[in-house]
Amino acid sequence: MRIFGYKPPFTAWVGIFIVGVFVFVAIFAPWIAPYSESDSVADTWSAPSAAYLLGTDNIGRDLLSRVMYGARTTIGVALMTTILSFLLGTVMGIWAAVGGRVVDQVLSRIVDVMLSIPLLVFALIILSMFGSSLVTLILTIAVLDSTRVFRLARAVAMNLVVLEYVEAARLRGEGLWWIIRREILPNALPPMISEFGLRFCFNFLFVASLSFLGLGIQPPLADWGGMVRDNGRAISFGLTAPLWPAMAIALMTIGVNLIVDWILSINARPSGASAEM
Amino acid sequence: MLRTIVIRVVLGLLTLLAVSILIFAATEILPGDVASAVLGQGATPDTLAQFRHELGLDRPGYIRYLEWFTHAIRGDFGAALTNKRDILTSMTPKFENTMFLAGYAALIAVPLAVGMGIVAAINEGKWIDRVVNIVSLAAISVPEFFIGYLLIFFFAVQLGWFPSLSTVFMDMGFAERVHVVALPAVTLTLLVTAHMLRMTRSSVLSIMSQPYIEMAFLKGLTRTRVIFVHALPNAAAPIITVIALNLAYLIVGVVVIETVFVYPGIGQFMVDGVTKRDLPVIQACGLVFAGAFIILNTTADVLSILVNPRLRKSR
Repeated sequence: MRIFGYKPPFTAWVGIFIVGVFVFVAIFAPWIAPYSESDSVADTWSAPSAAYLLGTDNIGRDLLSRVMYGARTTIGVALMTTILSFLLGTVMGIWAAVGGRVVDQVLSRIVDVMLSIPLLVFALIILSMFGSSLVTLILTIAVLDSTRVFRLARAVAMNLVVLEYVEAARLRGEGLWWIIRREILPNALPPMISEFGLRFCFNFLFVASLSFLGLGIQPPLADWGGMVRDNGRAISFGLTAPLWPAMAIALMTIGVNLIVDWILSINARPSGASAEM
Repeated sequence: MLRTIVIRVVLGLLTLLAVSILIFAATEILPGDVASAVLGQGATPDTLAQFRHELGLDRPGYIRYLEWFTHAIRGDFGAALTNKRDILTSMTPKFENTMFLAGYAALIAVPLAVGMGIVAAINEGKWIDRVVNIVSLAAISVPEFFIGYLLIFFFAVQLGWFPSLSTVFMDMGFAERVHVVALPAVTLTLLVTAHMLRMTRSSVLSIMSQPYIEMAFLKGLTRTRVIFVHALPNAAAPIITVIALNLAYLIVGVVVIETVFVYPGIGQFMVDGVTKRDLPVIQACGLVFAGAFIILNTTADVLSILVNPRLRKSR
């Protein structure tokens, strides 16, 4: 089987399978989950059984159902964050590249300062002030993450603005916006596609970590990081409850990474095949 | 060379200044202010005004920033809002704990990463290289709390070798402390080793494609000798930079891992402060974290200037 004219290697198939399963579960969670995400159906931390395949959590909710619903929130939030961060980072990055020296200097120095605070610490500071509603969470991570996208977009666009066809567009009097939209953006996107996967992984882990610290997605919404936090104490009693959501996070990141590796290997091909992506 | 280094250090100090402004500003731009955040919905305008005055919030922002920053660089972070204790005195033992944990992890991680990276580079393409590659890729993509809980599950609960919570006290013996902190230290080690190892491997391998290495092989030297005598000294610069950068990463990884193991370090202190919305604590911890981060980054740059002859001439 071929995807976009390329034959994925075995590892990429594993990644596509993992991500496919999780996305399927995320979309159809209400229909395939055996129980609701918020109902206590059994005792606290009951062991895995036929009725509750992964056991139950700290207040007796079915873990399997919650992992399914958690896929929705965790993947959804990470995806929205990444899309936002890409929009912001790419626009700013290209603006820095074409907008002249002053714009470039101002934007780059702001990003430098933001990058010299550890992201997690920065996010903690901001979330502590604004509170962790879904909107602030997504906006905060998106803005913080866009600094990385900005760096890449700026570097890619910097290489493009000096090319002849951009010069030609300028000389025939096209506006700045037209040049960005028609000349730079289409050529800047291919190298950024694999970056999208990497940023998604990063944001995904970031959301999970924040939720694990109790500052990300708030209950009663089920999310994987928060579930690890809620069930953390169970591990001391030899129960596996926190391991399931943690394993879901690990599997998802590994899956995306495997796909990204494959895309990277296509882009690295010397034939110039990357332009088609 | 001295000029390049001085410029870099001054740049680091400027960054620290800018970061302190950013941290202060980030806590200022919220709608309402700390007083209303702390007092909550039930506050009357009177109590709010009084509390604002008590905190000095009725003065302009830049004056408060200057006051906060000049006090902070002298080590005076003020008192916590929640328990009125001096932040510096409650932070110092936690900072020492964190440094102990980070140093512990670094002591294991650095030799392990560099050693395994070189081994993987020597045996490029053989099974040991592949195993190292897969394990390190897995370690990078997995969240730190997953590794932490897995280790607790197997080594603390199933085997009972280590305690599952790393509670440390002031008057704990060194040997006991090493034992108690072993699991979080190993978790941190796994996290940073993977990055360092991959960078070490790739920087040794990139040197291996240079013409003078080919020359050394053509002279009939063994692969081991070529790597240790010809390649490694030249690969040192990127490796040192990567080590310093990863030590900076270690400082951040500490936040989550301290929460997993309930280890009384500065990361937990900050998370506590955040859940209680204790602003001075958050600012102080943020500044300490950012400071450590900037110092390590600057050190990385200075070291890479020192070990790389080509960078020594100022451009």
